[in-house]
Amino acid sequence: MLNATLAELGSALAAKRISSVELTELFLARAAALNGSLNAFITIDRERSLADARAADAKRAQGHAGPLTGIPLAHKDIFCTRGILTSCGSRMLANFVSPYDAHVIERFGAAGAVLLGKTNMDEFAMGSSNETSYYGPVHNPWDLQRVPGGSSGGSAAAVAARMAPAATGTDTGGSIRQPAALAGVSGLKPTYGVVSRYGMVAFASSLDQGGPLAKGAADLALLMNAMAGFDARDSTSLDRPAEDYARELDRPVAGLRIGLPREYFGDGVDADSLARVREAIAWFEAQGAKAVEITLANTKMAVPVYYVLALAEASSNLSRFDGARYGHRAGDPKDVLDMYCRTRAEGFGAEVKRRILIGTYVLSHGYYDAYYLQAQKVRRLIAQDFTQAFRDCDVIMGPTAPATAFRIGEKSADPVQMYLGDVFTVPASLAGLPAISVPCGFDSRGLPVGLQITGNHFAEAALLGVAHRYQQASDWHSRVPKETPL
Amino acid sequence: MSLSPDQIQRIAHLARIAVTPAEAEELGVQLNRVLALVDELQQTDTAGVAPMSHALESVLPGGQRLRPDAVVEPDRREEFLAIAPAVDAGLYLVPKVIE
Repeated sequence: MLNATLAELGSALAAKRISSVELTELFLARAAALNGSLNAFITIDRERSLADARAADAKRAQGHAGPLTGIPLAHKDIFCTRGILTSCGSRMLANFVSPYDAHVIERFGAAGAVLLGKTNMDEFAMGSSNETSYYGPVHNPWDLQRVPGGSSGGSAAAVAARMAPAATGTDTGGSIRQPAALAGVSGLKPTYGVVSRYGMVAFASSLDQGGPLAKGAADLALLMNAMAGFDARDSTSLDRPAEDYARELDRPVAGLRIGLPREYFGDGVDADSLARVREAIAWFEAQGAKAVEITLANTKMAVPVYYVLALAEASSNLSRFDGARYGHRAGDPKDVLDMYCRTRAEGFGAEVKRRILIGTYVLSHGYYDAYYLQAQKVRRLIAQDFTQAFRDCDVIMGPTAPATAFRIGEKSADPVQMYLGDVFTVPASLAGLPAISVPCGFDSRGLPVGLQITGNHFAEAALLGVAHRYQQASDWHSRVPKETPL
Repeated sequence: MSLSPDQIQRIAHLARIAVTPAEAEELGVQLNRVLALVDELQQTDTAGVAPMSHALESVLPGGQRLRPDAVVEPDRREEFLAIAPAVDAGLYLVPKVIE
C-alpha cells in the first residue's frame, strides 16, 4: 500500500480491501516513524486525520465516493487550513490558526481526501533547499546529509519517503519542480491561473501557483482534477471549462516534437544529470518522437529578472505582517513604529529579510526604472522566446536543475549561488507556462535526476501524457529511497 | 551599485525591519552580491519592449476579470479577532499612534 499509485489505493478502498481509517493509520505510523530523521512535516494531527478518514468511510458507505475519497494527502504549510496551524515555515506565523480553508484545501475536502498533515517548507516559500524554515531543514530521503530542494521540500521528501501517497506544493520560481527533481518524485506547476491562490500565503502574486507532487504523472492528473478550476475569490483565477487532466495519459508519443534549448545543455550543468536527461530524450526518440534544437536566447537573464520581480512583489505582500492583526507581535512596543520594526525583525528569518530589503530597494525612488521596469521588459523577451519556440515544437525538455541534491549548509553562505540553481525553472514561471519534473535516473552518488518538460499554456494534460508514457517504460519514479526502506 | 551600511539602514527603515549595526554590515555583503546579479539586467537591450506585468497577459488579452461590486463576504469578525495579539471591545489594539 505504501508504494501504491492513487488509482491502486482508490481500487483497494472501493473493493473494501482496506478502509480509509486503516490506510490513514498506515501512513500516520510511517510519517511518525520517519519524521524524526526527515523533518518533512511541521504538523501531524492524528485526530483530525482519523476524523477525515471516518467521514470518508461513511461517504463511501453511502455510495458517494470519488477517485480521491479516503486517500490521505499532505499539504504544504502555505495552504490555510481551518483549525490547525498554518505556519508558512515562519516564526511570524508560528501561532497562526487560520479561520478559513484555502480553495485547494476545500477542493480536496469536497473530494473526500484525508488531511494527513502540513509539510515543512522554506520560510514563506523563499528558498531552494528547505534550509530557511523556522522549523529546521528537511533531510533528503536519498541522503540524509543533503537537502530535498525547496521550497516545497517537505512535500517532496514526504512523497519520496512514502510518508504520504501524494502532496500539494506551490511554485513561484521552481518550488514544486526543483524539490521533485532533487527528491526523485514527480511534480507539476500548472499554467498560471489554473489553481486558485485563495488561502495560499502570498509570496510573489504574479508568479505563485499551486500544484501537486506525487510518485507518478497519472497520480498528478487525478490530483489536478480535484485542485484545478475557477474560483471567484482569486482575481487571477481563470474561468475556463473544467477539464479531465487524465484524458491524454495513453496518447502515444510518436510524432511528438521535442524542443531542446541549446542554453539548457551547455556548461554549468552537471555531466551525470545531462547524461540522464539525454537518455530519457533518446527513449522518446526511439518511440517516434522527433528532437529539434531550439533557442531560448534570454535564459541567462531569467534569474536576474526573477529576483527583481519576485522580491519586489514579496516586499509588498509581506508588509501585511505587522503584528497588528495576527501572528507574532514583539513584546512591550514603545510605539507603533517600534512594534512594526521589532515584530518583523523577530518574526522573519535571515533569507526573508534579505529578500524584503532587496525588494524594497528595487522599488524605491530613483531605482524603479533601472530594476523593476527593466525586469518587466526582459520578462516579455523571455515569454516571447517561448512563443517563438512553440512554433517549432510541442514540448520543451531539459534538466530541471543544473545539479542533483547538494549538502545541507553547502550553499548557505552565498545567496547568489543558491539563486543560480533556479535557472531552468524560473523561465516557465515568468512566462506563466505549465511544466512538470519527472525522475529520469540517478547520478554516480545515487541521487535522483529530474527531467523537466515544459508545455504551452494549458498543455497540462499533454505534459502529463508525455510523462506517463515515459513512466510506463521506466521505474525511476517507483523506486524507494535507500534511507527510508519500506 | 553597492550599498553602504547607512543605505542598508535606510532601506530597512522603509521595510520596517529593525537591523542592528552588526547585521547591517553582514547584510551589506550579501545584498551587494544579489545586486551584482540583478545588475546583469542592464546588459539587455529593451528599447521598444513594453513591460510585461503579468503572466496572464498572453492568455487573457482582455485583461483581468472584474467582479460585480457587491457584498459577498459574511461577517466573521469574532473569528478574526480571536487570532489577534490584542483586542478590546471588538477592535484591534496597537500602541498609541496619536498623542
